[in-house]
Amino acid sequence: MRTLAARRRHPAATALLLLMALLVTGAAYTALAPDRADATAAPTVEGATGDVDRGQELFLANCATCHGLQAQGGTAGPSLIGVGAAAVDFQVATGRMPLAQQAPQAPQKPRVFSDQDVADLAAYVASLAPGPAIPEPGQVEVLDDAEDIAAGGELFRINCAMCHNVVGAGGALTQGKYAPSLEGVEGRHIYEAMQTGPQSMPVFNDDNITPEEKQQIISYLDNVQSTPSPGGWSLGSIGPVTEGLFVWVGAMVLLIGCAVWLGAKSS
Amino acid sequence: MSTTGTNAYTPTSRTARLSAGAADYLDERIGAARLVKGFARKVFPDHWSFMLGEVALYSFIILLISGTFLTLFYVPSMTLVEYEGSYAPMYGVTMSEAYASSLNLSFDIRGGLLMRQVHHWSALIFVAAIVVHMLRVFFTGAFRKPREFNWVLGVVLAVLALAEGFTGYSLPDDLLSGNGLRIIEGVILAIPVVGTYIVFFLFGGEFPGESIIPRLYILHVFVLPGLILAVIALHLALVVAHKHTQYPGPGRTNDNVVGFPLLPVYAAKAGGFFFIVFGVIILISGLVSINAIWNYGPYDPSPISAGTQPDWYIGFVDGLLRLMPGQPEFTIAGFTLSLNVFLPSLVVPGLMVVALLAYPFLEQWVTGDKREHHLLDRPRNAPVRTGIGVMAIVSYCVMWAAAGNDLMAIAFGLSINDLTWLLRFAFFVLPPVAFVVTKRICLSLQRKDRELALHGHETGRVVRTADGEYFEVHEPLSETERWVLVQHEAYRPLAIPPKKHEDGRKVPAHERLRANLSNFFFEDRVEPVTPRELEAARHHGDHEAIEQPEGREAERRELGSSV
Repeated sequence: MRTLAARRRHPAATALLLLMALLVTGAAYTALAPDRADATAAPTVEGATGDVDRGQELFLANCATCHGLQAQGGTAGPSLIGVGAAAVDFQVATGRMPLAQQAPQAPQKPRVFSDQDVADLAAYVASLAPGPAIPEPGQVEVLDDAEDIAAGGELFRINCAMCHNVVGAGGALTQGKYAPSLEGVEGRHIYEAMQTGPQSMPVFNDDNITPEEKQQIISYLDNVQSTPSPGGWSLGSIGPVTEGLFVWVGAMVLLIGCAVWLGAKSS
Repeated sequence: MSTTGTNAYTPTSRTARLSAGAADYLDERIGAARLVKGFARKVFPDHWSFMLGEVALYSFIILLISGTFLTLFYVPSMTLVEYEGSYAPMYGVTMSEAYASSLNLSFDIRGGLLMRQVHHWSALIFVAAIVVHMLRVFFTGAFRKPREFNWVLGVVLAVLALAEGFTGYSLPDDLLSGNGLRIIEGVILAIPVVGTYIVFFLFGGEFPGESIIPRLYILHVFVLPGLILAVIALHLALVVAHKHTQYPGPGRTNDNVVGFPLLPVYAAKAGGFFFIVFGVIILISGLVSINAIWNYGPYDPSPISAGTQPDWYIGFVDGLLRLMPGQPEFTIAGFTLSLNVFLPSLVVPGLMVVALLAYPFLEQWVTGDKREHHLLDRPRNAPVRTGIGVMAIVSYCVMWAAAGNDLMAIAFGLSINDLTWLLRFAFFVLPPVAFVVTKRICLSLQRKDRELALHGHETGRVVRTADGEYFEVHEPLSETERWVLVQHEAYRPLAIPPKKHEDGRKVPAHERLRANLSNFFFEDRVEPVTPRELEAARHHGDHEAIEQPEGREAERRELGSSV
C-alpha cells in the first residue's frame, strides 16, 4: 500500500485511474445490461433454416443497390449491420422490401421472396453483427386468457394507439407517412416490428415491453380482430368521422327522402 | 258539445253515444271543445321541406325516451372499480364506474346496446336535422318579419343542442370522450385571464379530477334538456302564433294560409312521419355500430388514439384548431396568451353564432323592409342572401373537412402537412368563390325564369309560315306555372349619398354604410316580369297565335286579374 500511495503522483496515475474506471464501468454494464438477442443460431422462417452464403447472393442481387455491397448503407438505404434477422424478416416477408419506389414510406405489398429466401437473407444479415432474432413460434402464440387480453389492450392503448388507433385500424403521421392498419398482420411481424422499430416506428425492446407483454399485445389484437363487432357494421372502427359521414349520406338522405315522399302528394 | 238545441246531434249507435259522452265529459271539465276548435282546424301548408324541423323534433323525442332508459343503468361516478362484466378484453381493468356502467349497458343489460346506439344515432340526426331545417329557413327567407325572434330561438336551440351533444359524448368516460374533455379543458384554459380559474371551478381542481362526470351528467339529463324543451315549446308556440309560411303559388297570398287542417290530415301525416323517423333510427341503430366505447378503454390522461375526433357537429371547432398555425402564442410578463387556441376554438365559433343571430336584423336594416312576409322567397330570387348562405356552408365544410385531415390523408395517400396547408388556403379562398358562383347561378336562373315567363316553353317544333318565315313554337305557360315565375318583387339599391349634404352637414356613417350594403345586395339584379312586359311579349309573339288563337285570348283575359 505504501508504495502505491507513494506513486500516486506518478505521471501515469491519472491515465491508469481513468483506464480502471472505464474497465469497471464496462464490466458492470456487461454484467447488468440485458443480453442481446442471440444471433449465432441460424434464423428460421416458417421452418426454413437460413443459409448465409445463399443469403449473401440474394442480398447482392436484390438489396445491395441501396444498402451497399457490404450492407454498410448509403444515401438510398440505411446500413443493415446489426439490424438482426427480425428486421429482415419483417421488411421482406411483409413485402415492404425490396422497395418498389422512393416514397415517404415503404408500403406493405405482396411479397416477392419465399420463406427460404427470407431465411437466407436473414441469416446473412444476422451474420454481419448481432441483432434481434426472429421470435420463436411460442413467443408469438395467441393467449386466450381474458386477463392477458385485457393487459394487452392496456399496453396497446398506452404504447401503440396514438399512431395505430385503439383497435389497430391505422393512423396518419407527418409528411405522407402513416402507421399502417394492423388488421390481419401476423403475430410474428408485430413482434418483430416492436423489436426493430421499422420506418417511423420507435423500438420497443425487451426492457420497454417484455416478451410476455409483447405476446399479450399480439393476443389483444387477435381478439379485437377476430371478435365480430358487437354493435353491427363497424364503419371501419375509425371513430366519429365515419359515423358523421354515415349520418349525412345515409340517415339524413333517407329521412329527407321520406319527407319528400310524404310531401309528394301535396297541393 | 253540450247543447240542448233541437238540432243537436243525437248519436244512434252505441259507440257513437259513448264517444259523444266522453267528449262531453272532457269539454265540461277542461274546455276540450275550445282546444279542438282552435287546433284541429288550424291550417298548415304542405311541402316536404316543412317537415325537416319535424325530423329534429322527433329525434329529440326519441332522445328523451332512449335517454331515460340509459339513466336507469348509467352510474355518473368517477369512483374507480375493477371491471368484472362479460366483455373479456376489459376483464380486471381498473376504470371509473361511469365507464363500467356504460360497458354493462352495452354487454350485460338486455337491449342496452341498442338503446345506446339509438340514443347516439338520434343525437347525430337531431343536430343534422336542425342544420338542414335552418338552411331551409335561411334560403327561403322565412326568418323575415315577423319571425326574426323565432330564428333567434332556433339559433339558441342549435347552440343548446351542441352543448347537449358534447356533454353526452363525455359521459361514458372512455378514452375518446376523455380526450374530448381534455381539448375542452385546453380551450377554456386559453381564455385570457379567467381561463385557469374557470377550469379549476369546472373540474373541481386539476384535470380530470373526480367531479366532472357528475357535473356533466346533471347538465346533460336535467339542465340542458329542460332548456331545450322550454325553447322548443316557445319555438312551436311562435309557429302557431305567426302561422306557417308558404311557398308562392296561385291563391297563396301574404294574407292567407293554403293547406290542410291539423285534424285529420296533419295528425296522420306528422304522426306517421314520427314513426318513420323512429323506424329509420331503430333500423340504423340495429345495423350500424356507433361509438364502440369498448374499443377505447377507460379514460387515462396519458394515452390517445389515432383518429380521435369529436362527433360531427363539434368537428368544425376541431377543424379550426387543426387549421390554426401555432405561432400566435405569446408570453407577456409571465402570463401565456394562447391566441393559437383562443381564436379558432372560441372567437371564430362565437362570431359564427353572432352572425347567425344578427343576419335577419342586418338584412332588414339593409332592405328597410318593415312589412310582414308570409310568402317564402325562392332562393334564386334573393341571389346575395343565397350566395351568403352557400358561402357559409362552404366555409363550414372546409372547417369540418380539416377535422378529418388525418383520415383523409390516409384514405387518399396524401401528406397531412400538405393537406392542412391546402385547407388553410381553401378556408380563405373557397367561400368568396362560392359566393360569386352562387350569386351568378341565381341571376342566371332568374333570367331563365324571365325568358320562360315571357316566351313560354320551347317545344322544338319549327313552323314555316305561308310567307316562308320560320319560327319555333313556344308552348304558353299554364297560369300556375307563370304565377310562380312572376310573383316576386326585387329590391332596388339605395343611392349612395355624398359624404356631405349640400348645406355642409355630414351624412352619418351608418347611412352611407347602409347604402353601400344595399348596393352590395341589390346592385346586380334581374327585374321580375311586369304585366306590361308580359303583354308586350304576347303581342311580339302574335304569329304563334295562328297555332292556338283561343288559348291566347283566354290567357290575355286572365292576365289582367292574376298578375
